[in-house]
Amino acid sequence: MNASAAFFYLFAGVTVASAFMVVTSRNPVHSVLFLILAFVNAAGLFMLLGAEFLAMLLIVVYVGAVAVLFLFVVMMLDVDFAEFRQGFLNYLPIGALIGLIFAVELLLVVGAWVIDPRIVSTPVAPIPANLTNTAALGQVLYTQYIYYFQAAGLVLLVAMIGAIVLTLRERIGIKRQDIIQQNARTKATAMEVKQVPSRAGIEETV
Amino acid sequence: MIGLGHYLAVSAILFTLGVLGIFINRKNVIVILMSIELILLAVNINLVAFSSFLNDIVGQVFALLVLTVAAAEAAIGLAILVVYFRNRGTIAVEDINMMKG
Repeated sequence: MNASAAFFYLFAGVTVASAFMVVTSRNPVHSVLFLILAFVNAAGLFMLLGAEFLAMLLIVVYVGAVAVLFLFVVMMLDVDFAEFRQGFLNYLPIGALIGLIFAVELLLVVGAWVIDPRIVSTPVAPIPANLTNTAALGQVLYTQYIYYFQAAGLVLLVAMIGAIVLTLRERIGIKRQDIIQQNARTKATAMEVKQVPSRAGIEETV
Repeated sequence: MIGLGHYLAVSAILFTLGVLGIFINRKNVIVILMSIELILLAVNINLVAFSSFLNDIVGQVFALLVLTVAAAEAAIGLAILVVYFRNRGTIAVEDINMMKG
């Protein structure tokens, strides 16, 4: 067994084990941390496959952004997660049954599988041997697949606007700086000059 | 030697674990969202494995798109979750029944 096979089994084993821990762990914070472990090891698998750019993207986008977002939300919501575990054992048999059937079916498909040699011999965009993975990806992404790239950007823009619109709220009853109002303030609106009679004072008005 | 089948098997197991996670954590939306992330990761491993073994970089382009959609979906899902928690004080899935769909 050579080094790449050993690393494949390491990364694949840790990925599957941590994915299992994601779905079965009691504490959602632990789930998120195992999710991060699964993503990092999947990035290792991508490296073995020669997709270095996607491996780095997985680390930056998933671990750096998505998983941290999950962590924020899990820690921000003040929810008793123990009560969600109530029906866990009820759902476990049917879930395990469906999962088992699904896994067996998928593995049967994977096992009895031949690729037509005509497909292998005619790739749509063959990976150039003299370029790095990032350069090769950029060469097709910005030319042949530019519309897909733009669509991905649009999806991200819509997601960003959607998340802002959903979570933005106008709070009432709190003090907040309003610069326009501050600049519009004049002497007439800000203060009142009173003639105070001697020895009498004035009544305090609110 | 490690072939395409090995990677497809890993991806199939990951996909199954994601589906299993949706079934056994039916009350916890956060774990359901994480299971969806696992499923999308399995899809990505499939795409990249085929891309690598068929010597065709288009699979990696599509994996990039799946990554984008997964990030957008997580952001929107968690935003909905935060708004729901703010309004109702809970994130229990079975309480989300106002529309009686």
